[in-house]
Amino acid sequence: MKPFTTHTGIVATLNRANVDTDAIIPKQFLKSIKRTGYGQNAFFDWRYTSSGEPHPEFELNHPRFDGRSILVTRHNFGCGSSREHAVWALVQDGFRVIVSHWKEAGGKRLQAFADIFRTNATKNGLLVIELSEDEVNAIFDLVDAHHGLQAAVDLDKQQVVFHGTAPMVCEFHIEPGAKQQLLKGLDDIDQTLLYEADITRFEKEYDPFGR
Amino acid sequence: MGKTLFEKIWSKHLVRELPDGSSLLYIDRHLVHEVTSPQAFEGLRLAGRKIRAPELAFATMDHNVPTTEDRLEIKDPISRDQVEALKRNCEDFGVNLFGLGHDHQGIVHVIGPELGITLPGLTIVCGDSHTSTHGAFGALAFGIGTSEVEHVLVTQTLVQQKPRTYKVEFTGRLAPHVFSKDMVLKLIGTIGTAGGAGHVFEYCGEAVRSLSMEARMSICNMSIEAGARAGMIAPDDTTLDYITRQERPYAPKGQELERARAYWQTLPSDGDAEFDRSLTIDAGSIVPQVTWGTNPGMVMDIDQPVPAPDSAAGYSRTDVEHALAYMGLEPGKKLTDVDVDVVFIGSCTNSRIEDLRRAASILDGRKKADHVQLLVVPGSHQVRLQAEAEGLDKIFTAAGAEWRYAGCSMCLGMNPDQLRPQQRCASTSNRNFEGRQGRGGRTHLVSPEMAAAAAVAGKFVDIRTWLEIG
Repeated sequence: MKPFTTHTGIVATLNRANVDTDAIIPKQFLKSIKRTGYGQNAFFDWRYTSSGEPHPEFELNHPRFDGRSILVTRHNFGCGSSREHAVWALVQDGFRVIVSHWKEAGGKRLQAFADIFRTNATKNGLLVIELSEDEVNAIFDLVDAHHGLQAAVDLDKQQVVFHGTAPMVCEFHIEPGAKQQLLKGLDDIDQTLLYEADITRFEKEYDPFGR
Repeated sequence: MGKTLFEKIWSKHLVRELPDGSSLLYIDRHLVHEVTSPQAFEGLRLAGRKIRAPELAFATMDHNVPTTEDRLEIKDPISRDQVEALKRNCEDFGVNLFGLGHDHQGIVHVIGPELGITLPGLTIVCGDSHTSTHGAFGALAFGIGTSEVEHVLVTQTLVQQKPRTYKVEFTGRLAPHVFSKDMVLKLIGTIGTAGGAGHVFEYCGEAVRSLSMEARMSICNMSIEAGARAGMIAPDDTTLDYITRQERPYAPKGQELERARAYWQTLPSDGDAEFDRSLTIDAGSIVPQVTWGTNPGMVMDIDQPVPAPDSAAGYSRTDVEHALAYMGLEPGKKLTDVDVDVVFIGSCTNSRIEDLRRAASILDGRKKADHVQLLVVPGSHQVRLQAEAEGLDKIFTAAGAEWRYAGCSMCLGMNPDQLRPQQRCASTSNRNFEGRQGRGGRTHLVSPEMAAAAAVAGKFVDIRTWLEIG
C-alpha cells in the first residue's frame, strides 16, 4: 500500500448525510473479480443520466471541482453494505481524503463514517477525517466562496488546513494503529504475521465448546 | 462487576492485545460468497500465501445467481465468471463449497444456521454486512471488507478496535400481526441509521425471549441498518432446540454437545453487567412498520402520514425533500392509499421457513392483484424443499406468485430480478436505499405478512384492520 503522509488538493463538497455504499458503487459493478476499473462508476446513478451523460445537477460533476481529490460530506458516510468496492471506486476516481462530521443527537454522538467503511478506507490508503458539524459547515461556506479551494492535509500532525482568504486550520483525531498503517503504507497481513507464534499458541489451547 | 455476553466472547477470542491499543481476535467461522471474495483469493495467489484453516471457511453462491428454473445456466457472462471464480478458488484452496445446484446452497446467512456452522459463543465473519444475523445464536458475528476477508484467510484472526456495548430491551409482548421485523424497524427509526455505530447491540427483554430463532435472526440481521457492528441475543432453550431439533452436520453431537451446552449456559450477560448505552422499547406498543424514505431509519407506523420535510426527526430538510422526490411521495399522504407494482418476499432478513409460513397464511385462498408482480424467493434450497413439503409452494402459485429458487434475488438485484425505474415495491428485505433493487426503483420495507397483504390488495394495507374487514 502507498504510504499517506501529506496531501494537498482541490476540495469538492457533497451535501448529503447517510451516503450509503450502494450509492457510491451500485450493484452491477460488483460482478467484477478485479480490484480495478471502478473509478468512473463512482456515484454512478447520481453522476450519469439514464442515457449515460454526466448529470448536470450532480454536485461533483460541476467544472469547478475538476481535479478534486478531497471530498467533504456529511455524517454517516459509507453506511450500509460492506462492499470494499466503494473505497476502490473513490480511490480510483481520484479521492485521497474524505472529510465528514459527527452529529450530536440527544446527547449522543453519531459517527461521521460507518465502521466497515472506515476500516476498508484505511486498508486502501484513503484517509477519513472526522470534524465537528460546525467545522464542516464552515468548509461548505468556504468552498462556495472560493472556487477551486485547496486544502493541505498533514497526517503526522493530524491537521488539515483549508486555504480560503485566511487559512482555516482543523485538528483531527485518528486511531494510532490506523495512523501508523497509513503513514508507513504497511501490509496489515504482514503486520499480523509478526504475531504468528501467539496465534499458534492460542490455537493449541483453544476449545470452542469449553470454558 | 459482571460481564456482558459480548465481553465474554471477546475475551475468550482475544489472541493478544497489540501495542497500538487494538486487539488481535481469533475467528471461528469464516463465511464466503462470490462477490466479496475473488480479490481476496487473488491477493493470496499474488503473495504466495495459503489459507491457515480452510476447514473453518464455508462458501456459497447467493448474490448474483439467477433464481429461475434455468438458473444453472447463468446467461450474464460477468456473473458466470464470478461464480466460476469462487468454484475454482474453493477447489484450489480447499474451502467447503455449497455451490449452485448443491442441496445446501442458499443465502449465506440462511445456510450458516441451517448447517450448524453458526453456534453460540463463536466469532463469525463474512464479507457481507448482514453477518450480524448470526448474533441471534449468541455469537459475535460481523461484516468485513475484502481486505479483511484476505486477512482472515491467511491468519484466522482480525485486528479490531473493541466496540462499545448497547443494550436494547424490548419489554412486553407483541400485538397480533406485529413481528420481529417491525421491532427492528422501530428501533432503527428511533435511533437512526448511525445510532448504533461503534457499538454491539444486545437485544433482550420478554418480547425477544419469546421469539423463535427465525424471528431473532431477522432482528439481528438489521442491526447493521442502525449502524451497529453486530447484534446479539443470549442463547437459551429456544437456541438449543433449534440446534438439536434436526440434523445439522457441523453442530456438536453427543458428549461434545453436552460440553458445549454447559459452556453456552455461562454465556448470558451477568445480572450486574454494565452496558455503555441502553434503550428500552415497549414491544406492546409497536404497530406494523413501513419505510417511506431512502434509508431504513426513514420509517413510520403504517397508520401515520408521510412526514413533511421539516418534521422528520433526525433528518435535514434537504435530505427529506430528496428522499420524497426519489420515492414519488408527498407529505401527508397515507401509504394505505399508495399502489404497489412489485412484492418481494425473500432476502437474508425474511426468507426462512417461518417467514414463508406467515406470507402463506395471508395468501392462502387469496389472489394477488392483477397489476402486481409477486416474487417469493426462499433463502436456501433446504427452505425451498421444506416449503414444498408443507405445500406452501402450492399456496404461492395459486395466489399468482412466482415461486423461485434460493438466492439474494431482488434484495439487491445483482441477478436479473430487478425493479424498473419508478416501480414501487413492498419488500421484506433490509435496505430501501436509492437504486438498491434496481435503478430508480422505490422500495418500502415491511414484514412478510404486510408484503403478502400488499400483493393481494395491490396497495399497502394496515394488516390489522385489513384482515378484520377481510
